[in-house]
Amino acid sequence: MRWLWIDRFVEFESGRRAVAIKNVSLAEEQLDGYLPGFNYMPTSLIVEGLAQTGGLLVGEAGGFRERVVLAKVGKAVFHRTVFPGDQLTYTAELCDIRGDGAIVSGTSRIGSELQAEVELVFAHLDERFGSEILFEPEEFLCMLRSWGLYDVAVTSDGERATPPDHLLEAEARMFLMQPASTPLTDQ
Amino acid sequence: MGYSSEEVYGKVQEVLEAALGVDDDEVAPGATLVGDLGAESIDFLDIVFKLEESFGIEIPRSELFPEDILTSAEFVSDGRVTPAGVVQLKERMPFADLSKFETNPLVQDFGNLLTVNDLCRFIESKV
Repeated sequence: MRWLWIDRFVEFESGRRAVAIKNVSLAEEQLDGYLPGFNYMPTSLIVEGLAQTGGLLVGEAGGFRERVVLAKVGKAVFHRTVFPGDQLTYTAELCDIRGDGAIVSGTSRIGSELQAEVELVFAHLDERFGSEILFEPEEFLCMLRSWGLYDVAVTSDGERATPPDHLLEAEARMFLMQPASTPLTDQ
Repeated sequence: MGYSSEEVYGKVQEVLEAALGVDDDEVAPGATLVGDLGAESIDFLDIVFKLEESFGIEIPRSELFPEDILTSAEFVSDGRVTPAGVVQLKERMPFADLSKFETNPLVQDFGNLLTVNDLCRFIESKV
C-alpha cells in the first residue's frame, strides 16, 4: 500500500490554502482490517491526509527546499465517523510560517458537513537531524503531478504556479539518464 | 491596547494550557516552561503563534530565544556563556531573571531558564 492519503488536489493557493479530496473505498486495507464488520476510516489516517495536504502547502511555500515534517497535532476534533463511499474534502490553511516551521489549521468535510477539525505544527528539519533527504526530487515531483497539484496551483498573485527549477531539473535528469554530478545537457 | 498584569497572566495561562496540554493549576508563575511544563522545542513555535494571536502582536523569535548569542563563538567558550555574552543576554532579555544562570552559565541549561513569569513580563513589554 502506498502512503498517500489524499487522492487529488482541487485547489492550491501558494502560501495560503490547499484543498484536496480523499475518496474512501471499501477496497482499502485499513477499512476491512481495522474493525471487521464495522468498516470505518481510522481517524489517525484522516489526520494524516490533512497533514499531507497541509505539509505540501508548507513545503511549496518554501519552494520544496525545506524538509517538512509533522511535529505536533495541537488539536484534533472529530464530529462524525467516515464510512466507505464517503468523499472527504480536506482544507488546509497556512496560519504562520517561520524559519523553523509552520502552523496549519485544517478541516475535513463530507459535502457541506464538517467532519473533523485539526491544528497542526510542522517543523523544518535542520542540520541537527542530519542531511538525509526525505524524498528523491524526481519521485517527489512525480507524486505532486499524480496528485494534480500543478493542474490547480496558483501563486499568491493568482498566476499559474509551476514546479521549482530544482525539481524540474531532477526530473529532466531522470528522463535523460544523466547523473546529478554532471551538468544537465539536452540530447 | 493595554492589558493589566492579571489579564496578561490569564491569557498566557490559556495559551500554555492549549499549547502544552497542561492544567491551569500546573501553570504557576515560577514554573519553567521546559522543566516543569514539559515544553519541547517545537512547542515554542506553537506558543509564539498563539501568543501573537491572543495579544495581536508580533514576536520575533530571536527576542524570546537568543539562539544567535548562544551559538556565537564570540560569546560562548567551552559550553559556557562568557561574561560579555551574559551582558548581551541581559540586554536582549530584560524580562528574564538571569541571576541564577549567571552563577554557572552553561549553554545547555539556558533552555530551561524561561518561566511563566518571564513570559508574562515579556508580553507586558510588548502590549
